Amino acid sequence: MTYSKDFLLRAYRTMKTIREFEERCVSEFMGGNIPGFVHVSNGQEAIAVAACIDLDDKDIIGSTHRGHGHCIAKGCDVIGMMKEIMGRATGLCKGKGGSMHIADIDKGMLGANAIVGGGPPLVNGAALTAKTLKTGKVAISFNGDGSANQGTVMEAQNLAVVLQLPHIFMFENNGYAEGTAAKYGLGCDSLTERNAGFGMPAVCVNGLDFFETYEAMKEAIERARNGGGPTAIEAMCVRFDGHFIGDPQLYRGENEVEDARAKQDCLKIFRTRVKKEKWLTDKEMNAIDAEVMALIEQAVSEGLAAPHPNPETDLLSDVYISY
Amino acid sequence: MSNSTKHMKTSLKTYREAINEALHQEMERDPTVIVLGEEVSGGAGGNGQDDAYGGVFGVTKGLQPKYSRDRVIDTPISESAIVGAAIGAANTGLRPVAELMFFDFIGVCFDQIFNQAAKFRYMFGGKSITPVVIRGTVGGGWRAGAQHSNMLHPVVTHIPGLKVVMPSNAYDAKGLMVRAIRDNDPVLFLEHKIMYDNACEVPDELYEIPFGEAAFPRQGTDVTIVAISNMVTKAIEAADILAKEGISCDVIDPRTVSPLDEESILESVEVTGRLVIVDEANERCSLAADISSIVAEKGFHSLKAPIRKVTAPHTPVPFAPELEDAYIPSTAKVIAAVREVLGA
Repeated sequence: MTYSKDFLLRAYRTMKTIREFEERCVSEFMGGNIPGFVHVSNGQEAIAVAACIDLDDKDIIGSTHRGHGHCIAKGCDVIGMMKEIMGRATGLCKGKGGSMHIADIDKGMLGANAIVGGGPPLVNGAALTAKTLKTGKVAISFNGDGSANQGTVMEAQNLAVVLQLPHIFMFENNGYAEGTAAKYGLGCDSLTERNAGFGMPAVCVNGLDFFETYEAMKEAIERARNGGGPTAIEAMCVRFDGHFIGDPQLYRGENEVEDARAKQDCLKIFRTRVKKEKWLTDKEMNAIDAEVMALIEQAVSEGLAAPHPNPETDLLSDVYISY
Repeated sequence: MSNSTKHMKTSLKTYREAINEALHQEMERDPTVIVLGEEVSGGAGGNGQDDAYGGVFGVTKGLQPKYSRDRVIDTPISESAIVGAAIGAANTGLRPVAELMFFDFIGVCFDQIFNQAAKFRYMFGGKSITPVVIRGTVGGGWRAGAQHSNMLHPVVTHIPGLKVVMPSNAYDAKGLMVRAIRDNDPVLFLEHKIMYDNACEVPDELYEIPFGEAAFPRQGTDVTIVAISNMVTKAIEAADILAKEGISCDVIDPRTVSPLDEESILESVEVTGRLVIVDEANERCSLAADISSIVAEKGFHSLKAPIRKVTAPHTPVPFAPELEDAYIPSTAKVIAAVREVLGA
């Protein structure tokens, strides 16, 4: 497959933005600037970008509790996201959602979800809208190896097949459901084989490889847009951080995270590939790095300067009725 | 501390430690007690430490190394399967303690609880028992947002066949957990996540606190304050502040909301004639509304002022700290409500 320079630069920029956003979330959380429970997706950037790079605002995604990367990949405003995660009134959800409930419907981002397996049934609904109104749009649910074991996800998979919905089930298998190994929680030897058992095309890809993931996604999207129904993709990947920020990760092996950062970094893998192919240069990507760093810096400084919600006016707004 | 435990040796324990100790001692005493849920031990199948979590809040830490993975079972993220298995095992000879990490996850598995477990004893003509405990963390204060901070006890209290336990301190938590495990009906054991580090003197040996018997952390004659779960802490704070002004509050902690100790509430209102109910749940169709209606029906002639409820507003739980702090009833709001019923 050949890729345009614009495409490659966009892919790299988005992956790098996610990486820096997540790393900065960790330090801002540790510094006390971000409240609550925050789950970061650094290490898994290639999947989010590969899944979303060909989508427009009318294509829908449903995310998970580990949703920042999906938001960024879908085009959500990074500054608005940082404000939201900091709980500010001018955040994407007016500070009412936070990291686990961030959404931007205008961008086709149906929402992060703090209930494991909460998203895929809803994403079926978005796919049903697309099918019924013949919009040609697709819907993508992000799942983990953990949510694969929720009844809600399996019900959604079966219904998507029954109704031949344009729904791509993206399973990010990062090896851990919270602190439990994927190979323990998944009773089957292969999640992909289980996915195929639902009667949909199912593939397993190296989720650290942007290009491999993108190509599987491209095929699935084309099939869905052409009425060919759902697809399941299992993308094998690595989580660089804990289940949540501050997780001591006692369940991981010695040097496991350090090794993953050194040897299984999807950004490094991307850079190596595009340089080898002579598609992009270090200079081009370093320039993007600098712009991304500046953007994240701006997001944090604007986030910290953003107004806090006012309980007098904001606590009872956006409720259908007040008593 | 009740009369029955006064002779017991005690030590300072947190709410977390008290529940953990109850589980340890009941598992030791009764081999049919098992624990299951997500990360109740943690690290299953991984390359790191065993018992990596002991529950996300550390409540079940140490159980698995002692009682093995046969009795302390880490599960996949599958709430219906967890709760259903616990209920079915309870029907057939075990006494499971299932954990719903966050009680908000009840949404995923509610059928197993309200259509199955709650109905078996009655629907099967008294021939079935379901000695299951379903633990879950409730409440706000952690900035955990709308899907990890709910107070859903009114939802389950509404359902016949379920017992609902809401300890407000470590002493009650241990005794109520022991009672819950030994009870032959399904018990929802709701732990407020903001209280895990709160400590008090707790007996080292086993003891039970019966269901349906309120505690009286402050006694008084001017105003009755009925408070639930963590709101008991705020009611006590309010009572202590008001005591300095000569206002005497009778603080009642029902400890279990189903069954509910109606008698203690009515007796108190008979003396005070004034009632404030403090609950972190949303107000409509809530426990606060329920207690209010009980007193309005059965204690009407004792009342000298309208009943006041201090609850969360009719919204989901907001994320931003300023909004969440305004959402959760505060000590200041309790004090204001007491002054209001006193006409002060």
